[in-house]
Amino acid sequence: MNETIGMTLLVVGITFDIVGCIGLVRLPDIYNRLQAATKCVTLGTALILLSVVFYTGFNAIGVKALLCIWFVLMTAPTGAHAIARAAHRSGIRLWDDSVMDKYKDDSEGSEDN
Amino acid sequence: MSIFIGLLILCLFLCLYRVGKGPTAPDRTVAIDIVGTLVVGFCAIYSIITKKDLYMNIGLSWALLSFIGTLALAKYLEGRGFDE
Amino acid sequence: MKRFLHFLILLGIWLALTWSLQWQEVLAGVIVALLADLLLGDIFPIGSVKVFYPIRFFWMCVYTVVFIWYVIKANFDVAYRVLNINMPIRPGIVKVRTRLKTDMARTFLANSITLTPGTLTVDMTGDHLYIHWINISSEDPEKETELIVGHFENLLERVFE
Repeated sequence: MNETIGMTLLVVGITFDIVGCIGLVRLPDIYNRLQAATKCVTLGTALILLSVVFYTGFNAIGVKALLCIWFVLMTAPTGAHAIARAAHRSGIRLWDDSVMDKYKDDSEGSEDN
Repeated sequence: MSIFIGLLILCLFLCLYRVGKGPTAPDRTVAIDIVGTLVVGFCAIYSIITKKDLYMNIGLSWALLSFIGTLALAKYLEGRGFDE
Repeated sequence: MKRFLHFLILLGIWLALTWSLQWQEVLAGVIVALLADLLLGDIFPIGSVKVFYPIRFFWMCVYTVVFIWYVIKANFDVAYRVLNINMPIRPGIVKVRTRLKTDMARTFLANSITLTPGTLTVDMTGDHLYIHWINISSEDPEKETELIVGHFENLLERVFE
């Protein structure tokens, strides 16, 4: 039973990983790539780690996998946030078909901010 | 299990394509960050295969270290000091 | 009291990582946790200890369930956009106000927004959040964003403030 659940989680997790990487290749600008890559790869890796808990049971490996899920869920969005801000401040504009950019409008007034 | 390793290697190659092609430096940084997260997945699958907690230790430290590396690269791209 | 709670948390993490109760391991854990607490206890975020009050802990559990539901929804949303041949995206950055005050609550809010459907926090200046949307569908995106932010704000206010 546990093996079945673990296998299902593993398959779903790796599917999300692949979708995230396809998004990384296909989408047009850095902000959209960050969205796809961060969301899908974070959940994919978290599901793979959860499948480790189901495969091995609640022992040394399982507890480490649970801690690792917590670390990944905390650190991945923070890293994405740092890269997005750095990209915007180093002058990379949004995709040409973008609708609005309030951040650019606000930061042009006070460049020293 | 080996087919899952193969699929993860496919993901790695997609990321490496973005590292090589990526028109701007932040694009490459994103791809490197994603590679760091995928390596944690590799460690998890290896720990299922071998049933040893050694690989999980590597995964834990890799998750934290790649996060610090990403932050350092982002600060460098921002073009200012580390004091913020 | 605060220091002692930090010490207990650190010791708990150490014991979970080593996963054995031999006296050498526990002794090493006590020494390391004590050192880390004495050296770095000042920069430890204050708000994190509040979570262990019973009522706040209950709301933390509610928040976790809501958060996981949003994360799953977000992934199917992204998968639909990436795998669709026409790529239905209309990206843009909107500005929204938050009423949370403590740093811990704001960190959690920004991270939650990043993992929910179609949104990514870009920057935070003062009380304002700048959020990148992958698909601005409605005429009034600010209002839609305020709905999402308000949803998490209500929960996080109960947890951290």
